[in-house]
Amino acid sequence: MSALIDYTLHLADNSLILGQRNGEWCGHGPILEQDIAITNISLDLIGQARSLYQYAAVLINDSELSVSSKASSPLERRFGGEVSEDSLAYLRTEREFKNCLLVEQSNGDWAQTILRQFLFSSYQYYLYQYLQTNTDTTIAAIAEKSLKEVSYHLRWSSEWVIRLGDGTGESHGRMLKAIDELWRYTGEFFIPADYEKELKIDGASLKYEWSKKIKTVFDEATLTVPPDIFMQEGGKQGRHTEQLGYILTELQYMQRAYPGCEW
Amino acid sequence: MVGSEEKEMKTSVIDKKALYAYLEEIKDPEIPVLSVVDMGIIRDIKLNDDELEVIITSTYTGCPAMDMIAANIRVELATLGFQKVKVTQSISPPWTTDWISEDGKRKLKEYGIAPPNPKQQVCNDKLFAADEAVQCPRCNSWHTHRISEFGSTACKALYQCNDCKEPFDYFKCH
Repeated sequence: MSALIDYTLHLADNSLILGQRNGEWCGHGPILEQDIAITNISLDLIGQARSLYQYAAVLINDSELSVSSKASSPLERRFGGEVSEDSLAYLRTEREFKNCLLVEQSNGDWAQTILRQFLFSSYQYYLYQYLQTNTDTTIAAIAEKSLKEVSYHLRWSSEWVIRLGDGTGESHGRMLKAIDELWRYTGEFFIPADYEKELKIDGASLKYEWSKKIKTVFDEATLTVPPDIFMQEGGKQGRHTEQLGYILTELQYMQRAYPGCEW
Repeated sequence: MVGSEEKEMKTSVIDKKALYAYLEEIKDPEIPVLSVVDMGIIRDIKLNDDELEVIITSTYTGCPAMDMIAANIRVELATLGFQKVKVTQSISPPWTTDWISEDGKRKLKEYGIAPPNPKQQVCNDKLFAADEAVQCPRCNSWHTHRISEFGSTACKALYQCNDCKEPFDYFKCH
């Protein structure tokens, strides 16, 4: 049960943190249509996160764990009762977030935001396809529902990678810089955490399709897939880059300043 | 099996058709000409003992209108005398634009939003594929082009008519 809770939180955290990052573009997009596009993607991602947090909350509240070790778990102590989608998003600390490192990386320029979205949407696309047939029917249903949205994100971000990569000298150069910055965070997708192993979620099997997709789009964008380099990992286990702290400071500001406030 | 038969009998006590007619009064907050029934987001209505359960589904996972719709359903049914009403969400099978009623599609067009095409014409994953042909809801011209894949809400894209020059929303095929 606890593996399923961890995995559900991992999926939810991926969506919430990327949604929050993209949301920072609100009112700052390069042109109005793309400002609307990136924030619409945020909305989809936060919607997915909500479904997943709601499910995680049910699992936590129903689990024996919450009854027996209520007093000893810092999570439960802080919540002082029932866990909800809000408490999971607003009251957990950095080490409790299980998102991949890629999604917490800063927006940088438009090229970096686009590349981050493309690398992640293509991963999410194959992951949700795979999860659609998961034995856990709730996870399968959320994956099936979200896949339609993710396909749209993937298409949009692929087109932008090509437009920038095969664009001007300036835009091409910025894409190269973005690849330099972000590629090292993609290896983690395919290294299973303990909870994935326990659930027999075979993320490594997605690597082939994902790499093929990246190569197809990069080829058309006149970009080169980097050779094997050292890959950062740890996000799935709660070991994050310094970026996540800043995101949570903003995301959780109201709950930190006015604990328990509602509006 | 006895239990389920009993349940069947109880369900038959409520007149679903009449309830659906009442739910016609509840509009989508973002598209006020469409009722929740037109949208196809009412999955089922059940009577569990003395509690009425309305099962709804969201169009997009992040649709911010869902909470308001759920609240409006509770208020509408409360004014009809249903004291115990539960609105639950179900996401499987996922909603598609096929669930919008024909009546709903007509109302969308009258309101100035191009209704979703019956079948998505561009459904391959080829990039920069041709825009979908969408009919202008004002002058009926098919001579239109897409301005943006994303529009004012998650469920719409932005188009412009090349003939009458009006920009308009297109309810994306989903």
